[in-house]
Amino acid sequence: MIRRWTSPLELGMATREAYGRTLAELGEENPRVVVLDADLAKSTYTGMFGKKFKERFFDVGIAEANMCSIAAGLAAGGMVPFASSFASFLICKGYEQLRICCAYMEFNVNFVGSHGGISLGEDGPSQQSIEDIALACALPGFTVANPADEVSAAALIRAAAEHYGPVYIRVGRPRVPKIYAPGERFSFGRAKTLSDGDDVTVIASGLMVGVACEAAELAERRGIDVRVIDMHTAKPLDEAAIEIAAAETGAIVVAEEHLWRPGLGSLVAQAAALRHPVPMEFVGVEDTFAESGTPEELLRAYGLTTEHILGAIDRVLGRKAKGAVELAR
Amino acid sequence: MDAKKIDVTEVARRARNIRRLVIEMLAAAGSGHPGGSLSAADIVASLYFGVMRHRPSEPYWEERDRFILSKGHACPVLYAALAEAGYITHDLLTSLRRFGSPLQGHPDRRKLGLIEASTGSLGIGLSMGIGLALAARLRGSPSRTYVLLGDGECEEGQIWEAAMYAPHLKLGNLCAIIDFNRLQLDAGIGELTDLEPLAAKWRAFNWNVLEIDGHDYGQIADAFGRAASVADKPTVIVASTVKGKGVSYMENQLKFHGSVPDKQDIAKALAELTGGAR
Repeated sequence: MIRRWTSPLELGMATREAYGRTLAELGEENPRVVVLDADLAKSTYTGMFGKKFKERFFDVGIAEANMCSIAAGLAAGGMVPFASSFASFLICKGYEQLRICCAYMEFNVNFVGSHGGISLGEDGPSQQSIEDIALACALPGFTVANPADEVSAAALIRAAAEHYGPVYIRVGRPRVPKIYAPGERFSFGRAKTLSDGDDVTVIASGLMVGVACEAAELAERRGIDVRVIDMHTAKPLDEAAIEIAAAETGAIVVAEEHLWRPGLGSLVAQAAALRHPVPMEFVGVEDTFAESGTPEELLRAYGLTTEHILGAIDRVLGRKAKGAVELAR
Repeated sequence: MDAKKIDVTEVARRARNIRRLVIEMLAAAGSGHPGGSLSAADIVASLYFGVMRHRPSEPYWEERDRFILSKGHACPVLYAALAEAGYITHDLLTSLRRFGSPLQGHPDRRKLGLIEASTGSLGIGLSMGIGLALAARLRGSPSRTYVLLGDGECEEGQIWEAAMYAPHLKLGNLCAIIDFNRLQLDAGIGELTDLEPLAAKWRAFNWNVLEIDGHDYGQIADAFGRAASVADKPTVIVASTVKGKGVSYMENQLKFHGSVPDKQDIAKALAELTGGAR
């Protein structure tokens, strides 16, 4: 099996930090880039831009709805805005403004929600975001991405600055393993196939990509060749990659740090249903809020570890084998 | 129409035309919001025929002043002004609210690119105005941004988030106008929640506050002039108006917030508006 990651995975920076660094670079390159935050600039790392470009940085106070509409107005006036808060506040408190001022009005606004998922840890469910990807995907015209590591986060932030149209990108609080070598190129809607196994496919996003890579290595020791796909863009979804993986491996597991219904799991299942139905299993947060704890404790308690992916692989391979037997009858 | 001295006779003539067009459009559509369109007619006429720098021959001129009709349900008044100014044809007006028409039930910039902001969901226009005013400042543009708010709209929380922030930015190029007609959909202002004292609230939020009669062309022109002369504060013009202004049986009548009169009453309204009986 050919792997595209370096084993063992080395810890890199948090995707939110990669966001802040990239913003500061974009500020140098494009005088129309403006950045907004709602009193979380230290946590979201937008402060890195704010320090360098005071006149183009607007920390609006604790007023997410206002921030999201101002971002749309700035876009209407020819600027390239990036607006940030925690994913939960940005999406939930700014949803009407994302819907009307950005999706409906078709303005070119970039939203980056940090502290996505449950891995922000101790602050608990009011700050954790388990539904942001699904809500963003429900907005007509939005591009929605969830990068796995620092290289992909930086590249997708750059892609957002160049893309015309509303974008939502989730970044995370904890440091995450490096998946990609510097210089790797990314486009929205073009998934990355990270290993070429043909027994089963694991489609993952965000922090779960690293977990999927580790699970694939463990599975390989047991003689199972896993194809790992980084589905960094939930919308537009790379349906071709899903179809090819379904046809060539015959079984799919989707892993995400998010409710899996609705979530990436349901999107992938729809694409597979339309193009090439195969047995599927889902690793994601069930219909519940999480709680306080360390990221590791929470990922374990809410079903987001290598063991959970391995369990899903076993189940889906069982169904695949059963299907083959039934087909042979 | 670059900046010039306001000709109140011309504004009055345009306002009369706009009112007549509003009634004709609503009659053709059979539904819509006459009350708040008529109460805002004199303000909108003043903006399009005297106050704002804009070029009907060059609609997307980058340095144009921007107008956001945050109370989007009053869009007949905006469409009528756009027709009077020559941006769209008068013939188009009777397609209001029809399937396929650029004149949607609430302003929609996907269908009519001249619309600066697609409104209809109340409370968002002032924040967008802040964004436009900021963008103008960053571009070094003289463009000013005008946002027309409903009084009932000021019950939305986002209005006060924006109200708190614009003075902090010293946005002298932003001017809000409140069409204070004292009626909302379900009741009179103050019957549902405590909006008053409205002007005092804006003063407390550090705005340059001007209180005027929103049907007095001289006062309207003067207020916009004073707004433009204050460089370091946004201005809000609290304009006392009459809902349904210009049609005797509609004035101050709750029922004409969102309903259109029958044929006979339409004829009566048009007779009043064309007879010069203002």
